[in-house]
Parts: sequence; structure tokens; C-alpha cells
Amino acid sequence: MTLAPETTDLKVELHLDGDWFAVCDLTRLLPGRGVAALLPDGRQAALFRDRSGTLYAIDNRDPFGGAAVLSRGLTGTHEGRPFVASPLLKQRFDLATGECLDDEGVRVATYAVRTR
Amino acid sequence: MTAHPEATEATPTIVLVGHGMVGQRFLEALAERGLTATHRVVVLCEEPRPAYDRVALTSYFSGKTPEELSMTDMEFIATHGIELYVGDPAETVDRSARKVTARSGQVFDYDVLVLATGSYPFVPPVPNKDAEGCFVYRTIEDLLAIEEYARTRTTGAVVGGGLLGLEAAGALKGLGLTSHIVEFAPRLMPVQVDEGGGAALLRTIEEMGLSVHTGVGTQEIVVDAEGAVTGMKLSDGSELATDLVVFSAGVRPRDQLARDCGLTVGERGGITVDEQCRTVADPHVFAIGECALAADGRVYGLVAPGYEQAETAAATIASDEAAFLGADLSTKLKLLGVDVASFGDAHGATADCLDVVYSDSRSGLYKKLVIGRDGTLLGGILVGDAEAYGTLKAFTGSVPPVSPESLVLPAGADSGVQLGPTALPDEAIICSCNNVRKGTIRGAVTEHNCTTVPEVKKCTKAGTTCGSCVKVLGQLVTAELEASGVEVDKGLCGCFAQTREELYEIVLALRINTYQDLLDRYGRDGAKGGDGCEVCKPAVGSIIASLAPTIGASGYVLDGEQASLQDSNDHFLANLQKNGSYSVVPRIPGGEITPEGLIVIGEIARDFGLYTKITGGQRIDMFGARVEQLPLIWTRLVDAGFESGHAYGKSLRTVKSCVGQTWCRYGVQDSVRMAIDLELRYRGLRSPHKLKSAVSGCARECAEAQSKDFGVIATSNGWNLYVGGNGGATPRHADLLAQDLSDAELIRLIDRFLMFYIRTADRLERTSTWLERIPGGLDHIRDVVVEDSLGICEELESLMTAHVAHYADEWATTINDPEKLARFVSFVNAPDTPDPVVGFVPERDQIKPDLPLLTIGHRPLEGSAQR
Ligand code: SRM
Ligand SMILES: Cc1cc2nc3c(=O)[nH]c(=O)nc-3n(C[C@H](O)[C@H](O)[C@H](O)COP(=O)(O)OP(=O)(O)OC[C@H]3O[C@@H](n4cnc5c(N)ncnc54)[C@H](O)[C@@H]3O)c2cc1C
Ligand code: SF4
Ligand code: FES
Repeated sequence: MTLAPETTDLKVELHLDGDWFAVCDLTRLLPGRGVAALLPDGRQAALFRDRSGTLYAIDNRDPFGGAAVLSRGLTGTHEGRPFVASPLLKQRFDLATGECLDDEGVRVATYAVRTR
Repeated sequence: MTAHPEATEATPTIVLVGHGMVGQRFLEALAERGLTATHRVVVLCEEPRPAYDRVALTSYFSGKTPEELSMTDMEFIATHGIELYVGDPAETVDRSARKVTARSGQVFDYDVLVLATGSYPFVPPVPNKDAEGCFVYRTIEDLLAIEEYARTRTTGAVVGGGLLGLEAAGALKGLGLTSHIVEFAPRLMPVQVDEGGGAALLRTIEEMGLSVHTGVGTQEIVVDAEGAVTGMKLSDGSELATDLVVFSAGVRPRDQLARDCGLTVGERGGITVDEQCRTVADPHVFAIGECALAADGRVYGLVAPGYEQAETAAATIASDEAAFLGADLSTKLKLLGVDVASFGDAHGATADCLDVVYSDSRSGLYKKLVIGRDGTLLGGILVGDAEAYGTLKAFTGSVPPVSPESLVLPAGADSGVQLGPTALPDEAIICSCNNVRKGTIRGAVTEHNCTTVPEVKKCTKAGTTCGSCVKVLGQLVTAELEASGVEVDKGLCGCFAQTREELYEIVLALRINTYQDLLDRYGRDGAKGGDGCEVCKPAVGSIIASLAPTIGASGYVLDGEQASLQDSNDHFLANLQKNGSYSVVPRIPGGEITPEGLIVIGEIARDFGLYTKITGGQRIDMFGARVEQLPLIWTRLVDAGFESGHAYGKSLRTVKSCVGQTWCRYGVQDSVRMAIDLELRYRGLRSPHKLKSAVSGCARECAEAQSKDFGVIATSNGWNLYVGGNGGATPRHADLLAQDLSDAELIRLIDRFLMFYIRTADRLERTSTWLERIPGGLDHIRDVVVEDSLGICEELESLMTAHVAHYADEWATTINDPEKLARFVSFVNAPDTPDPVVGFVPERDQIKPDLPLLTIGHRPLEGSAQR
């Protein structure tokens, strides 16, 4: 994979209730795959990084199956929208808006995310 | 359409009583005809929520939320200025003053009153029928109550073996209860199917673990001192212990409101209406849906006729001409996973008609067609396989272009004819829920430029209700596009215009060994430089893995970019289970295992608290491992000499064996040794779909080799090789490829066969479908791999040799790579914390997942102890 050499000390942070919450080193995010993070209030977020380096974070819970596994899905783009496909029953969720691409009306929460 | 202005005294008012499925369709029909702009529309809705999809009610138990079941778009209600009063039923109607009074005390004047009050479940008058633990199955509230009560119980019984009863019983089973069905008639679904169909259904349903009691009535509900259900007394004198009873003994029209205000009702209930759905007693009042007794003398218990009545009433109110003259009672359902369909004159009531029946009790298939003397198709019943329903129903009333026998024979049987929907006339009804004809669907493609099924659904409404017609819809859309010269895109996905086979050739010929390189050079224009999708990433990942040593890629699927291409299961080298835990399957070649091996597996499963089960593939599966436990479990397995069983991969699964010559008095070759040799040779080989094999020691075939992708049966002169077999959903017996082979000949032929399959098959295409799809079929494959007609056999063999030489156990590689191990955590920021959603509860001395059901409101997790 051709990636620009990375500064190793960049941290990924999530925006939660008005504050930034540090999750992990950027190097832990493999382009095209996700990781899960445990939030202080017990919720779980799924974080992703795409090929161009853009970061996304959505709720980790699959609203169809109930298990907290969205971070383990395959990612991709559909008509320009970045998505993750749930590993349970394959419904796709827009990483930027949380909308389910296969079932209008279903959506998961999203989080603002940055590196620092 | 604009919202009507503030209602004034002069605006005529339509009051709709009942906001069920039909009521909602009526509102849509009003809006479509512009009546919401000219009328004040008031809706009185008894249930605590606006109209929802009652037909799909049971899907609540498979995870649909009440919100998802809703059929009411609040924006629609608002834009059309409809006044919707939820939770406020109509209590009285004063017809002379034309006023309706609601429970809240509100009074509404009406010019037109429409009753769409539906039905109520009939509960037979048995003693204690209202005891605690007795339920009906009609509304979301009923389901919530059943779910809550079932939480702490173990057994449930359903009174009534009709369509709804079976659905309810399936739902109880899904809630973890032992379920019984008690049906008074001698067979299940007495209304829809005949005796033969009932028998096929019974067999399949009993196999699912439901207990069926037919020909017995319920005489009394037995209760304990607190008045809660403990069982039921049956008419044969027996008693059935149960904690919960669901009555599903039919429905009755809700016509009380109508009776109270003096409207005419039928002898057996139902508000009597004429062909315009107007009540016969009062021209200002209409009745539609399940509460109406239609002009043809019937009360319809299905949604499609109700929709037609809704359209008719709205048209009549708009002074358009319309009539409801009766409807077809055809249904297609998937009950507990079994397809059941009946259409037209299913019971052969027409004088002089003939039956054509195909029945295969072994596989639970039953198909009957009713044919008139002149060959007209009058109706039929399909149980177990209702593929042909859409086509057959559309031909009902006409003489089909092929013989009726060929229509019921299963696909694959020699004379079975696949009669495509393209053969249908334009007037044929394709979607009976929404009354859409074939011509309309073709028109959507040719005149409205729809090019996909979702577009056609939107444009015509076809396929938007029960969904049973969607398959035929897809075939019609493709056929129509092809006919109009539009090239139907055969590309793998939105990212690649090539087929999998073409991509394989590109990768192999140009030695392309990364996905990004392939995408950037050969992807579609919009996809180049992008992130790909969930279809092409694993497909290309598989091609790269199959060819790894030859194209200079790493043979380790978690290496570099390859890790991001793998399906979720391959990425964790384990199979994801419904609660987010994983299963672990070590390879047990040929199913042969030493006592020490068994003990190691037992110890590991015990130490990690895993559920163990012997699989259908002659090995042992350990379920319930958390992601962070996988490396620990595998360290112990690898230490004991086990390796990955690739249960997660599209790759070789198992080579089953029978004991063969060594022990069995009939065996003629050493089938166990051959099975082990084959499993070790092809382990880890990534392919378009999973590969399965088996070796039997003689023609008695105890290893079931003829149901495998490649199966081997011993002969006194060597081995016979069978290919293209399949179990699963569409079983297929394998075809004999070559006979009496030596060990070396056998292996060489399998090498070629597998590599040719990997090269030319589509993604997720098993050898069975591949063999039937490729031009020339088995003969072509024999030409290529036996006669070497394409001159590629040497290459195929060398590709396989490279695979075998480079095989390494991916779990052994993984546990020795700290960077990869770091991925096996529930949380990147809390590597030692296990995912709290993954929970288990005990069952039969082991564990089972504590289902993380969706949070609906503040519903606690299912099965979890109250914390
Ligand atoms: C564990 C096991 C059931 C059991 O408890 O016995 C099983 C379990 C699964 N099977 Fe199977 N199958 C198992 C033997 C079979 C067999 C019997 C056999 O292999 O002899 C068949 C029929 C033979 C065949 O495949 O032709 C079988 C036909 C299927 C199918 C249908 C394939 C088809 O072509 O129609 C699927 C679905 C699919 O692959 O798309 C499937 C899919 C699955 C999946 C992967 C479903 C999923 O995605 O979760 C299950 C995951 C297993 C897990 O989590 O570990 N399983 N499955 C068996 C594992 C065997 C093994 O040791 O590897
Ligand atoms: C589990 C289940 C599965 C089904 N599966 C199928 C299927 O596969 N195919 C099929 O065609 N049909 C199926 N049906 C039947 C289908 O749901 C009905 O035919 C359809 O819902 C009828 O619509 P309706 O509007 O006439 O009645 P309903 O949907 O019952 O709506 C009537 C509404 O009126 C309300 N109401 C009653 N009295 C008053 C009052 N006085 N004031 C205000 N409101 C009132 C009721 O509370 C109710 O909400 C199924 C039904 C169930 C329960
Ligand atoms: S297939 Fe033949 S050799 Fe193998 S166990 Fe059965 S009878 Fe014995
Ligand atoms: S037949 Fe029910 S949606 Fe088409």
C-alpha cells in the first residue's frame, strides 16, 4: 500500500459532549478497516479511515442484528458515499451521515473525529 | 397537491374510522384523487400508533422495530392536512345527525363516513380463556405482551394451525419456547392447502422442532392457584402442559360500531356493502377492508382485496366510476422458512377438473395444479418450493404454452421446463397485492426509463407489499432491458465493469498483485482511485490469494493491503456469530482425530467456557469465543498441532471420509488416507466459493461424496471422481468425471478441475452452478481438464503445485506476529475490556448467546436476567 510516511505520534480524537476524547494512535487505523472504541458512558464507536486518509466515526451497534460489530465490516464507496457493510446481514451505512443505504429511515449515530 | 385551507363550515368532511393497512391506503387514494385538497379529512385511530404493516408483524421478532413497521409517513399526513387522532377510537355514530363521537368526547360532523375497522381475533369460548398467559396475535401491543410474558417461561402453545397460527408458533419458538400447535382440522392450514400439501407442511414443520397436534380441539385452559396458565385440556382427553397460550383461531369482522348505529350486517358478520363499497343501508357510509361484507358475499381476510376496496371507495367519493367485484385469494407465504402458495381454484372445486400432482415427501415438496378439461390452468398449491408461483398464477385462466406436468416437476428433473415470465401475456397480473400487470411493468422500463427493480417498484408500486413478486419483477426488468437493446451490465459491481473471470485473467496475465493497482488501472471511471466496495474487495482479495505465489503476492491473507480486502470473517480468521462472538474450527483432516486431539479440544473448550458441537462436516466447532480470546485459544491449539480449518473462508472446508477398507467389511480402498491426503493438499486454497469434498470406500457411499464439489468413490480398480455436487439449498448430485483412476491420476485431475473452476467461475458460484452455467457444461469441462482441449492443463497444474508448496497455517503465522495480534481486541482504546454486548445464558449444560435484541424504547436485552 502506498501511503505517505506517517508522523507516528498523531492521535485520533472523537468529539463527545463538547469535548475531545482521545481514542488511539492513528497508526492503529488500517485504511479500509475499522476499530471499535469504548466511550466513557459505555457506548461504543466504530472508527474508520479511508484510502485518502479521511476519518469517520459512527455508532458500533448494528441496529438490525443488535451486536456491536459495525467496526468489523467491509468499507467502500457507493455513488460517492463512503460506507461500511455490517458483517452480520450486510446492510450498508453511510459513514458520514450514519444513514442506512439499504433501508431508508434507519440510521446510526455519527461522531466528529479529528487527529491531533 | 396542496394542503387544503383551514377547514371551514362549508368544507365537506370525510371521517375515516380505523387507521389500519386499508385505512392508510384509503388516505393515499384520497390524496391521489385530490380529495384531501377539497375535503377536511379526519382519522380516528384506536391503536396507540398510526397504521403499520400488519402483514409483516412477525418480523418484529426478527429485529424490525415498530418504527420500521410503520406505514405512515407523518409528512404525508401533514402535507395533506389530514387530522389524525391516535389512540382515540370512535365510540358512537349518529347517522341521522351525521355525527361521530370519539372516546375523548370529540364530536365530528361528516358528509362521508368510512369504516375500516378491520377484524378482531376470535377466541373460542373455552373455560379460562382470559387467564393470565392467554394472548391473541394481531397488534404490535399483542407481540410486546407475548414477548414480555415469554421471557420467564419455557413452553408455549398456539390454538389454530392456520396461516397466522403457524406464524405465531414460529415466533414463540424464536423466543426460545418449546412450541406446540393445536389444530382442530385434520391438517395444517386447512383453508389454503389440501391433504397432500398439509402432509408435506407437517413433516417440514415437525422437523423444525414444533410439536403439531391435529384433529384435536382445545376444551379448557388449565390454570394454577394464581390464575396463570399451566396447560390445556384437549378433546382427546389428553392434557398439554404449557405456560402460555396464543389463540389464533380465525378472525371476525369488527362490525359492532356499525351494528350499534343500525347499519346492515351479514349473518356471519361483516358490514354489508355494494360494489362501490357503500353500505347498503346508508349512502353516506362506506366500509372497506376486513370489516366489510363485499357485494360478492365474502369477507376478505387479506390485504390486497382491502386495498382494492380502498381505491374503489375513494374513486366513488370522487364521483369516478369504480367497482369491487371480488378478488382472488391467491397467497404466497414463507412460513417458518417454508414456501407455501395457493392460487385460483386450489381445491379443485370446478366441475370436471383434473389434478396434476408432484410430491416428494423426502424433501417436503408438494405441488398440485388444477387443470380444466380443455387444458386451462385453474389453480394450484405449492408447498416447499414456490418458485413458479408468480408465473403460474399469471397463467391462471389460460392454457399455458407447455404441458402442465412440466410445470410442477422440479428444476433439474429431466423434463422440467423453466417457463420464464417473458412468456406471459401483457394482461397477466404480476403483483397481485397492488394489481400491477405485466404490461405496466414493461411500460415502466420502455416508457418511464426505469432501469432497475427499485425504480420500477417506485414507478408502479409493484413489489412493495408482500414482496413475493419481486423475483419475477427482476426477470421482467432484465428481459425488457435486453429486448430494448440496453446492454445489461455484467460487471462485477459498481467499481469494475469486468466479470470475475475477466479480472482473474488480468491479474494473472499482468501479475497485478494489489487491489489498488487493479482498481486504479482497470476500475470504472468513477471508481478509480476510490475505496472500492464490499463486493469487489473480497472477490479480488480471493483472486490474489488463489494466485499469490505465482503473481508475487504474499500468501498470508492478513498481510498489508490484503487485510483490508478480506471479508469480516477472514479478517478475524473465525466465524462471527449473532451476538458478536466467534466460533473456532480447527482442521481435522478426513475427520480422523486421536483421543489426545479430542482431549485437547475438550480442555480448551472447557477452559474458555465454549459451546461445543460436532459439525455436519465431521469436525468440532467451538462457539462463543470473544475476539480477544481467539489468539489465546489458537496458541493452545497450534501448540497441540492443530491448524486453521478455514471454516470462515471461501476455500476448502472439509474432506469427509468413511472408515473404508481398513475396518469396513465392504471397503475396497483406503478412503480415510485419501481423504486426509486431499484435505492437506487443498487446505487454504482460496476459491470463488467454499469447496467441499468427501471420499467413500465403496459404492455404498457412506461419506456422501456425490453431494460434494469434488467427490471420490473407491472402486476395485481405483477411484471414481465426481464433480459439481452440492448440498445446501439447491442440492445437486455430482456428475461422474472419470473412472478407475490411480492415486496420481486422481490428484492430477482434481488439481486441474479446481484451478479451472477458480479461473472461470463467478463470485460466490459453487461448482454446481458453475458447471450448469458454463457453455458446454460437463462435456466442456471434461474436454478441458481430461483431454486438455485448451492446452492449459500444464499451467493449471503448476498453479496448484505453487499453492501446495507455499501453504502455511495462517493462525500459526498470526499468533507469531504482535502487530496482527493487536487487532484482536474488542476496543482499540481498552484492549483488556471485553465487549459487554457479548453475553451468554445457559442451555442444556452449555452456553448460548444472550441475544442483543434491538433497543426499542427502553426494552432490556432479551433473556438477560433483570439487573
Ligand atoms: C457449523 C456447520 C453446521 C453444524 O453445526 O454442523 C455449518 C455452519 C454454517 N454454515 Fe453450513 N455448516 C456446516 C455444514 C454444512 C453442510 C454439510 C457438509 O459440509 O457436509 C452443508 C451442505 C453441503 C454443501 O455445502 O453443499 C452446508 C451448507 C451451507 C450453505 C449452503 C451452500 C449452498 O451451496 O447452498 C451455506 C450458505 C452459503 O455458503 O452461502 C452455509 C453457511 C454456513 C455458515 C457459514 C453461515 C454463516 O455465515 O454464519 C455457518 C457458519 C458456521 C460457524 O459460524 O462456524 N452452509 N453447511 C457445519 C460446519 C461444517 C464444517 O465443519 O466446516
Ligand atoms: C400476523 C399477521 C400476518 C398476516 N399476514 C398476511 C399476509 O401475508 N397477506 C395478507 O394479505 N394478509 C395478511 N394478514 C392480514 C392483513 O393484515 C389484514 O388483511 C389487513 O391488515 C386488513 O386491513 P384493515 O385495515 O382492514 O384492518 P386492520 O389492519 O386490522 O386495521 C383496522 C384498524 O381499525 C382500528 N379500529 C377498530 N375499531 C375502531 C374504532 N371504533 N375506532 C377507531 N379505530 C378502530 C383497529 O384498532 C385497527 O388498527 C396478516 C395479519 C396478521 C395479524
Ligand atoms: S462407503 Fe463402503 S467402505 Fe465406506 S463405510 Fe460405507 S460401506 Fe464401508
Ligand atoms: S404480490 Fe405482494 S407485493 Fe407484489
